[in-house]
Amino acid sequence: MGFIWFWIVAVMLAAYVVLDGFDLGVGILHSLLARSEPERQIMLRSIGPVWDGNEVWLLAGGGTLYFAFPALYASAFSGFYLALMIVLWLLILRGASIELRMHIDDGLWRSFFDGLFFFSSLLLAVFFGAALANVIRGVPLREDGYFFLPLWTDWRVGPQPGILDWYTVIGGVVALVALAIHGALYLAVKTEGDLQARVRTFVRRSWIVLLAITVISLIATIAVRADTLTNYYAYPVAFVIPVAVLGSLGGILYFCRREADRNAFASSCAYLSTMLVGAAVSLYPRLLPSSNDLGHDITVQNSISGPYALRVGLAWWAFGMVLAIVYFVVTYRMFRGKVNLDGGGYGH
Amino acid sequence: MMFRRGQSLLMDALLLHRLHFAFTVTYHYLFPQLTMGLALLIVVLKTVALVRHNERYNEAARFWAKIFALNFLIGVVTGIPMEFQFGTNWAQFSRTTGGVIGQPLAMEGVFSFFLESAFLGLFLFGEKRLSPWAHWASAFLVFVGSWISGFFIIVTNAWMQHPVAYSVLPNGSFEVTSFWWLLMNPWALLQYAHNMSGAVITGAFVMCSVGAFYILENRFAEHGRIFVRVGVIAGVIACVTQIFPTGDLHGRYLAQHQPASIAAMEGLFSSQAGAPIVLMGQPDEATQSIDNPIVVNNLLSFLIYGTTRAEVKGLDQFPRDQWPSPLPLLFYSYHIMAGLGTYFALLMLLEALLLWRGKLFETRWALWLLLLSFPLPYIANTAGWMTAEIGRQPWLVYGLIRTSDGYSKNVSAGNTLFTLLGFMGMYTVLSILFIILVYRTVSEGPSTGNRPLGTKTTPLTMA
Ligand code: HDD
Ligand code: HEM
Ligand code: HEM
Repeated sequence: MGFIWFWIVAVMLAAYVVLDGFDLGVGILHSLLARSEPERQIMLRSIGPVWDGNEVWLLAGGGTLYFAFPALYASAFSGFYLALMIVLWLLILRGASIELRMHIDDGLWRSFFDGLFFFSSLLLAVFFGAALANVIRGVPLREDGYFFLPLWTDWRVGPQPGILDWYTVIGGVVALVALAIHGALYLAVKTEGDLQARVRTFVRRSWIVLLAITVISLIATIAVRADTLTNYYAYPVAFVIPVAVLGSLGGILYFCRREADRNAFASSCAYLSTMLVGAAVSLYPRLLPSSNDLGHDITVQNSISGPYALRVGLAWWAFGMVLAIVYFVVTYRMFRGKVNLDGGGYGH
Repeated sequence: MMFRRGQSLLMDALLLHRLHFAFTVTYHYLFPQLTMGLALLIVVLKTVALVRHNERYNEAARFWAKIFALNFLIGVVTGIPMEFQFGTNWAQFSRTTGGVIGQPLAMEGVFSFFLESAFLGLFLFGEKRLSPWAHWASAFLVFVGSWISGFFIIVTNAWMQHPVAYSVLPNGSFEVTSFWWLLMNPWALLQYAHNMSGAVITGAFVMCSVGAFYILENRFAEHGRIFVRVGVIAGVIACVTQIFPTGDLHGRYLAQHQPASIAAMEGLFSSQAGAPIVLMGQPDEATQSIDNPIVVNNLLSFLIYGTTRAEVKGLDQFPRDQWPSPLPLLFYSYHIMAGLGTYFALLMLLEALLLWRGKLFETRWALWLLLLSFPLPYIANTAGWMTAEIGRQPWLVYGLIRTSDGYSKNVSAGNTLFTLLGFMGMYTVLSILFIILVYRTVSEGPSTGNRPLGTKTTPLTMA
């Protein structure tokens, strides 16, 4: 049961990263790459009808985490208190800015929300990356299963780490670059003409940065946690994951060069999911490792809910997921095709 | 409240965590109550449009969809912090009870938020691409999604008010023992009926208010009459349901299961047979009496037990550390809710009578009353929740976990105050933006002619 629920939560959170990831990416890019108001509108419209549904994966994933591993939820959410509150504020600002921007047809009003949208999307990407890096690095868990991290201390991965240190900042940068590229590839699928060409150029130019930062982050991870590869040595098949990461990275560049935008976007989805799966494999069965030597790791076994709840949960979860996937297929089919500005707001 | 003497009020961590949650959830609930009420009324408008082929009703539905979308947006962005706060501010509570209440909370995400967000997109942008029936169906599914969402959250709250279907594991945490019993908690069903009818009241009053405004101003008067007609009919049904049966039954169940809470709500300090109802007054905890009381003798005993003779337990039956606190706030909240409830029912019955006689649209004072009354359901709903939540004190889970044992001990008072102030600032800004945009939408009015959402004046994205 523990194993199943670990992967259920991991898959839901990965779905969140892949789906809301391109919304964040578009948010990062829309002030940088759009040259005119119509272009900016096109970019925003490409995510307009879907961003809220994408964000629901965070809620549903979070809810499922709470349900399956309450002790982890309690410990991690209170321990990362300040960072999470900032994430909440950023989510509020981002949601408000994308929706309220178009309500008043005035240049200053729009510029204000554009700035806010850019700023909140960018910081969210960084914070999500840093959050994952915190989980990998571990936290100074006390005997009672709690901890509390300040936002930063001395930026070192020492006995008293902060939420931000050099290692987690690398994680943040990985997320920033990866999501910007992910968003760009989504835009390549949804736009045409000049904008599309510019977006592709952006991907080709920044690809090398993504490659470099990915490799750096892998090396840093092994340096920070010696036991990163334990599960990999135990089950060597797992080494296909890093290979798949590199393969999908290659795919991004290859397909982008050939202007096969859908495949390039699919490669980017694969890149994000394999990175996350790779992290999950190295963590299992730990959910939140301790960074001190006291060994109070929070694991699947010591934080899981009772067996009855989990058994019933499996039934409704499977049913709910089927429904959710149906809704997503319906919505994305309705809004498929290139975005344009005339008519009912969204069309082929 | 329970803070230690000599310590500054604002440095008491427990108090700050309570204020943090109370502030954010009270603010959040200002929005879903309208969403849930309007979702139903929009389905009504769409149904009339479809059945009677009346384009005016479609225009009315489109207008309310715009208000709905704005409101939904604020509901969503303020709802996300609610879910997080179980972990951030109530960690010890989450750790011990997550095995039970994590279930409805996770189900809310999986079953209702996906549904709502997917079909809201279709409802707002899809009118040109969908057939009229399919568009009606998308409105209907948005309604279903928001009402399911309300259900799961009420199940969660009801378990805290009246825990059922649980067992305690060796490590002290709770496990659910029966899935259906958890979802069919009688308290939850009563609370849900009462709460949803309260949401319909908000929707109906807001719709009436805008309608009355248009009629009085003589702009969009034709739409205004639709709004008032639909609003008054829905309102009269909901206002009556609110008192009887739902409020009445909820009160009786409460008297049975949270006797200390009802004694405090009613300001009944000592047990007595033939207990009176205090219509007005100010409770004084020190002297254990009500100042300036206006009472109706025997009524309380009658309302709870059906006979004027029955003895009702007063606060003297309970140790002082089990009294809900702050007691006066609880007393006032309850009286505000019930007082407004009485006013709503009288008002709506009167308006319905005028409507039925065909005089309402010419009776200016009646329209003025409708125009001015729209803030009151918000006050009543908030007061109702304060009654429920303060009445539950000092328990976080009634009879099982004290509030003082549930908060995040590892999060200091200073950090909590910081984020509380942050939310206050953030929500002030949101409120200003929201009010400006709703005001603009109302003054633009429903568009005449067949212009679906998504064209020029309306925003391009979701809202
Ligand atoms: C428009 C809003 C509204 C109105 C007019 C009323 N209520 Fe209410 N009431 C609510 C909105 C509400 C609520 C917000 O929906 C509450 C809070 C928790 C809940 O589930 O419902 C609630 C709770 C609530 C409770 C439970 C308190 C607890 O759990 O401790 C009782 C006993 C009543 N109500 C009784 C009444 C009576 C007798 C009313 C009529 C005179 C009445 N309510 C009018
Ligand atoms: C939207 C309507 C709601 C309102 C207006 C509301 C209001 C409040 C208030 C005023 C408090 C503070 C009580 C005090 O400090 O004395 C509180 C506390 C709390 N409420 Fe609610 N509440 C609402 C819904 C809910 C729901 C649906 C849940 C659960 C799912 C919930 C869970 C809690 C918790 C965990 C606390 C903190 C502990 C406590 O002080 O009791 N609330 N709420
Ligand atoms: C502690 C209490 C609460 C939590 C944790 C909570 C959680 C949430 C979350 C996460 C959302 C955003 C969903 C999205 O992205 O679509 C939301 C919206 C919503 N909530 Fe709450 N909520 C609480 C209280 C309530 C109450 C008391 C009700 C009603 C009875 C309610 C009804 C809704 C509805 C209908 C929505 C949809 C958006 C809207 O209508 O504005 N919530 N809530």
